[in-house]
Amino acid sequence: MLEAFLYFIQQLLNGLTIGSTYALIAIGYTMVYGIIGMINFAHGEIYMIGTYASFVVIAGLTMLGIEYVPIILGCALIVAMIVSSSFGWAIERTAYRPLRGKHRLIPLISAIGMSIFLQNYMVLGQGARDVAIPPIITGGWSFGGGDFQATLSYMQLVIFVVTFVSMYALSEFISKSRMGRACRAVAEDLKMASLLGINTNRVISLTFVIGAALAAVAGLLLGLYYGIANPHIGFIAGLKAFTAAVLGGIGSIPGAMLGGLILGVTESFTAGYFSSEYKDVVSFSLLVLILLFRPTGLLGKPDVEKI
Amino acid sequence: MQRNLNHALFTALMTFVVSFPLLGIDLVTDGSSLTIEATSVTTYYYMTAAIVIVFLFQLFRESILSVFSSVPKLRLPIHLYSDLPQSRRNRFENWFTLVVVIVALVWPFVVSRGSIDLATLVLIYVMLGLGLNIVVGLAGLLDLGYVAFYAVGAYSYALLSEYFGLSFWVALPIGGLMAAFFGFILGFPVLRLRGDYLAIVTLGFGEIIRILLNNLTSLTGGPNGIGGIPKPTLFGMEFGRRVKEEGNTLFHEVFGIAYDSTYKVIFLYLLAVLLVLFTIFVIRRLVRMPVGRAWEALREDEIACRSLGLNRTIIKLSAFTIGAAFAGFAGCFFAARQGFISPESFTFIESAIILAIVVLGGMGSQMGVILAAIAMTVLPELAREFQEYRMLMFGLMMVLMMIWRPQGLLPSKRPHLELADVK
Repeated sequence: MLEAFLYFIQQLLNGLTIGSTYALIAIGYTMVYGIIGMINFAHGEIYMIGTYASFVVIAGLTMLGIEYVPIILGCALIVAMIVSSSFGWAIERTAYRPLRGKHRLIPLISAIGMSIFLQNYMVLGQGARDVAIPPIITGGWSFGGGDFQATLSYMQLVIFVVTFVSMYALSEFISKSRMGRACRAVAEDLKMASLLGINTNRVISLTFVIGAALAAVAGLLLGLYYGIANPHIGFIAGLKAFTAAVLGGIGSIPGAMLGGLILGVTESFTAGYFSSEYKDVVSFSLLVLILLFRPTGLLGKPDVEKI
Repeated sequence: MQRNLNHALFTALMTFVVSFPLLGIDLVTDGSSLTIEATSVTTYYYMTAAIVIVFLFQLFRESILSVFSSVPKLRLPIHLYSDLPQSRRNRFENWFTLVVVIVALVWPFVVSRGSIDLATLVLIYVMLGLGLNIVVGLAGLLDLGYVAFYAVGAYSYALLSEYFGLSFWVALPIGGLMAAFFGFILGFPVLRLRGDYLAIVTLGFGEIIRILLNNLTSLTGGPNGIGGIPKPTLFGMEFGRRVKEEGNTLFHEVFGIAYDSTYKVIFLYLLAVLLVLFTIFVIRRLVRMPVGRAWEALREDEIACRSLGLNRTIIKLSAFTIGAAFAGFAGCFFAARQGFISPESFTFIESAIILAIVVLGGMGSQMGVILAAIAMTVLPELAREFQEYRMLMFGLMMVLMMIWRPQGLLPSKRPHLELADVK
């Protein structure tokens, strides 16, 4: 009985870990969607770039003989965020801005093209094979007795803390700062906001930069958690995060967080109790099921049809 | 000038940040640890060149752009075509179609075997593009998992021939029906969804089908796929060197000519032409039927459509079902042509390419879809000599084409009324 409970707790912990990183990536999708109504298909690739950038920093610092983990993590985080944000900015500038106001499928195709481009850019830069990184955060707390022990590894703890801090910082920024207010205004009504003197182009760029920075955080955390990266990890992660964003109601930031957690927990329970091959099938089926009853996601605003 | 300089410095810095950490430093696995080392010197030269070019371009942006705008723009003949009135356009299209069909029929006897193969591939994409065009271009429903139906068609034929020994000609309609059935099944839950919610559900559906094909190893062979799928026959005549199935005859024996493997390639090509013509014909009729008009009406304005008493459910379901059926046909043919299929052939990237064909074609126009299918298949093939840059350029090409012609190659033009002199 106790063992079954501990097993349950373990799955829950694993699910929340993965789920919180999905949520970080999902915020990028949801913010961009909320403001310009497009699916940024290249967002998964931004996450992949974040993973690679942080690997480069970690490998570099380890070569220099620095072993104090907070310094490594901090440097990797900052560099990954800068690199990913630059990509986010550059993509918006080159591939999306010229297409603004066109039919909504046009930027979507451009985004898919960009995603193919970035994947192959990384293949060119770092090769198509897996890159493995030795774990830098090891150990954890085990609890419970008997045959099965539930473990909360320090890595998972770091993921929880970093995710929580980034999300808190984001919500403070969105709700308190001047730029955050501008973001919300543009999301509400782009035309009106620009009439009122908000530099909408700058706000849109900022949205991409914030989304990319959060994806880079997720890239660093998941990269260290799995210890492996290849140029194609962005697609499946992006797909999951997009699912999470839709699950929570696309356009809503709390929705993305909730959707990410639900998705992560569903996946880990499916893998733990049923079969890990079918975890994606179960999470997509869950998505269909939720959309059947709530067509705009869990926290999405219902669509009002105006004539 | 000061502003330009700042902007130029900023973009140059950005170019450095996006290129140096990922292209300039190589991650090297050294035993159990990960180390970094500098990459080749030429890469650094290229990166420096790129940064300098970006800097100079942004610095002298106005003058460079003014030079470009003073050069007369290349007017494509496409403009002449799309300016024609609809009646002349129809007549022109009929003639054009006739010429294209004749060329397509004569063509395989003139060119090399590799080109025929490529042309067959183009025709498969034309079929897929035309099918997706019903869903996306005509009915305005965004489907990102179209490849699922293609997979259903392909696996239908592969499994039917493996387990029941059915021939291609029997399996073709069954494959279409199976795909249509799956389209119908998918259509139900997504009927209430709009726009991008639809996109993710269809995308998820495509992934579900792929995962199932990958994991139902006992039925589908899993990642190893299914091999030895028989090629189509012509009235019981096989195109191989020896008869594979009892009761069949051999093409070269019946006609008393020497065996040549090119016959098979040409036959497959002609079969594809036939299937494409069938697809074009059926869709052309459908568009002129009430159901086709209803698709377009639904795309233009759902509310108006409903208030006129049209049944939204039936319209959407029919678009999904019929669109899926064509993917099923294409899948059947694909399986027969390849002789081997695996879930590898049915990844999201295929859906993306098909969707790109529809959008690049101009959403709703059949001629456009055909042109775009040729462009999207032949260009990567031409870029094959660039090897590792091939997919890189393919991605870039998709972006550039959208920027260059966002309305598509041949946007469909439908009759509309406009108030004179009101702009």
